[in-house]
Amino acid sequence: MIVRIFDIIIAGLLTGGIYSLIAMGFSLQYGVAKVVNIAHGEFIMLGALLTWAMLTAFGINPLVSLAICGPFTFIIGFLIYRTLFTKLRTSSPSPAVFEGNSMLAAFGLMFVIQNIALIIWGAGMRGYSYLNVGVNFLGTVFAANRLVALVAALVIGVVFYVIIMRTRLGKAIRAAAEDPATAGLMGVNINRVLALCFGFGALLAGLAGVLVSMCYPIYATMGLEYTLIAIIVVVLGGLGNIPGSFIGGFILGLIGSIVSSWQPSLSIVSYYVLFMLLLIVKPTGIFGK
Amino acid sequence: MRILEGEKVTKYFGGLAALSNVTFHIGKGEIVGLIGPNGAGKTTLFNLISGALPTKSGTIKFKDEKITGLKPHQICRLGVARTFQTVKIFANMPVLDNALVGSFFGTPTSMSSADAAREAIESLELVGLSAARAIPARDLTLANQKRLEVARALATKPELLLLDELMAGLNQTEMAEAMELVTELRDKGITIFMIEHVMKAIMGTCDRIMVLHHGEKIAEGTPREIAKNKTVVDVYLGA
Amino acid sequence: MDMTAFASKRFLVPGLVSLILLVLLATSPLYISSYNVILLAAILMYIVLTVSWAFFSGPTGYLSLATAAFFGVGLYTTAVLGKALPLLAVVAAGGLVSFVLAFIVGAITLRLRGIYFAIFTFGLVELIKHALLFWEITVTGTRGRFVVLVGNNTIYYVVLGILVLLLLTVYFVRRSKFGLAMQSIGDNEDAAAHMGVNVTLVKVITFAVSAFFIGAVGAIMATRWTYIDPYVAFNPLFSFLPVLMAIFGGLGQFYGPIIGAAIFAYLEELLLTKFPYYYMLIFGIVLVVVILYLPDGLIGLIQRARQRWQKGGLTGKHANT
Repeated sequence: MIVRIFDIIIAGLLTGGIYSLIAMGFSLQYGVAKVVNIAHGEFIMLGALLTWAMLTAFGINPLVSLAICGPFTFIIGFLIYRTLFTKLRTSSPSPAVFEGNSMLAAFGLMFVIQNIALIIWGAGMRGYSYLNVGVNFLGTVFAANRLVALVAALVIGVVFYVIIMRTRLGKAIRAAAEDPATAGLMGVNINRVLALCFGFGALLAGLAGVLVSMCYPIYATMGLEYTLIAIIVVVLGGLGNIPGSFIGGFILGLIGSIVSSWQPSLSIVSYYVLFMLLLIVKPTGIFGK
Repeated sequence: MRILEGEKVTKYFGGLAALSNVTFHIGKGEIVGLIGPNGAGKTTLFNLISGALPTKSGTIKFKDEKITGLKPHQICRLGVARTFQTVKIFANMPVLDNALVGSFFGTPTSMSSADAAREAIESLELVGLSAARAIPARDLTLANQKRLEVARALATKPELLLLDELMAGLNQTEMAEAMELVTELRDKGITIFMIEHVMKAIMGTCDRIMVLHHGEKIAEGTPREIAKNKTVVDVYLGA
Repeated sequence: MDMTAFASKRFLVPGLVSLILLVLLATSPLYISSYNVILLAAILMYIVLTVSWAFFSGPTGYLSLATAAFFGVGLYTTAVLGKALPLLAVVAAGGLVSFVLAFIVGAITLRLRGIYFAIFTFGLVELIKHALLFWEITVTGTRGRFVVLVGNNTIYYVVLGILVLLLLTVYFVRRSKFGLAMQSIGDNEDAAAHMGVNVTLVKVITFAVSAFFIGAVGAIMATRWTYIDPYVAFNPLFSFLPVLMAIFGGLGQFYGPIIGAAIFAYLEELLLTKFPYYYMLIFGIVLVVVILYLPDGLIGLIQRARQRWQKGGLTGKHANT
């Protein structure tokens, strides 16, 4: 019985790690750059597909892909914000209008990125075998690739947290999140900081995509589900609350694991039910104000 | 008869107390003024009365019935109407339609379309806007937009009218007309509770005045008493 | 409310045009090929989806991304009930189930800020899809269903009927007391609430009514597919396309969404089989471009161009307003 519970917890943490990463990325984009990036999942998909492509074409190790896909998605995210969303921000008459318009623009972006991927790679499902060996950990056997994914997620998450909390750039980001106007007056280059945040969000998504590709199937339309998970975690942890997203990811992973052990095909449904309950009872999230 | 009563009304925004234990009452047929420096909590009090915001603690009663916790549209239908500090007219609708919203939806008993239309037109006449009835509201001058807000509120046939800084932005003539309108409304049987910064308007029209400062009621009395009240004078002239 | 506008010329001309169009559309199966009848039915379907979407999201300002969910519910109602009930009853059932679903979702989420509503409606499609998948896997043991077959002309006439009903509803609601309430909410929700408008109830009812038509048209269009499973029925594309069409056409005027839908529906049907990914890619780009540069849509663009042309024609300079 205890072993069973242990299984469930570890399995939950394994998925939770990836959820945390994508949630933090989304939180950066919504909390700071104020964009509800519906296309977030597409960057995850890009990370996953590129990793697969580089592995099969050039034999590049997925862990090395982290160093390639990350910067790649970062640059794309940064450029998209600099061009599309900055223009939208300056031309929107109010923050509420910008919120709606940027969400719609991101919706359009989702179709653009997804279909580019479909044109290049088609709709088929792919996967690869990497570290698919069993590792004996405290009496239970887990796939090595999942453990590696968890460790990578934790490392990336912690590094990110440290950057946000301890560096000057992090301070600028937090200032911009609280009050963009004042931060601008204090000498923070708002346009650059917001674009960097959006880029970092895309970076986290790309990295998460690499990790996902190690453990799960890869296909061009996989993004949407991850976007929704990111949204649910972010609402769970409190909109704009980055540490909340980090913890929330693990909480959701655990919930999914618990539900899966009872009824595997209900895990996604349980996420939405949780989401609905949150909206009814506490829309500001467990850690929100 | 006390038409409005507040008992230990409290509201927090985060850690900041916007209103602390404010107890007050308004008698039927009075014109009561609410003054205080910026940030004293005046509009917050109005927001709590009209149901726009929930109270942290304390009760508010209208005609002896508890209204704390009700939604704005319910409070409106009970007979409390208000205007807003930043004018919130329906900018894209014609002037008449603005008043119609009030008479269609905000009255204590529902009316037929014909009656509602008549009420709306009468409200516009009362404030002097009936000639402008077809003009889009956004094309009105500020003074007229404020008149429209009053007309719209009147169309809901209120017993209590909350006016939030009606005089702000008006010139001397417009202010005199506004003060006349306020007394006219009271003569028609509507109780008035008004927030103001313009002392002349307050002193001239109000029966009683309440003073808020940092969320607390610091004084209450007739205009003469308030003008002589040391605490009030200090608050306005002091640091 | 000023009713004198009805008798004016401005009303007479569009009224006559609409009547002529209706007659043409009603008799078209007599003189166009069966393939074109279905093509026209698809275009009319998109007009229904777009106008329904605009009917709610336009006046209230709440962005709904749930169109695909209600459409899918309609599709599935037919898949489940198609063989058991007469066609029109199934279509009505599809509409009704969507209505109830929208009412519940609206009651929960329309009290919250617009962004929560938008996000929730976005996720609704996936939620229902997964819930149905679970149901089929664990309860019924089947995966997908076969749909009852119906003739092309029947499909066409039902869709046309739904569209006419929708347009009449929109037209008369806009001019009714309810329409005034809707408008006041879109103009200034706070003020509307303070003037006695039960804001949440109005939003929920509007949302549910729009969902009725989306579900009904989904129910009839289900007969175009012979086999439906949750993946086929719940496709985010059907949330995306009406938004694109309405925004492109322009939300300011009554007929903006209709024109936007007609253009893109035709393009979609044309390109769907030949260039499936390319056309979706282009539509995505179009949406982004429209949001950036054409906030009032195509109709707004035409109106502004006409105004400038008129002013230029009179004096060559800016007229004093």
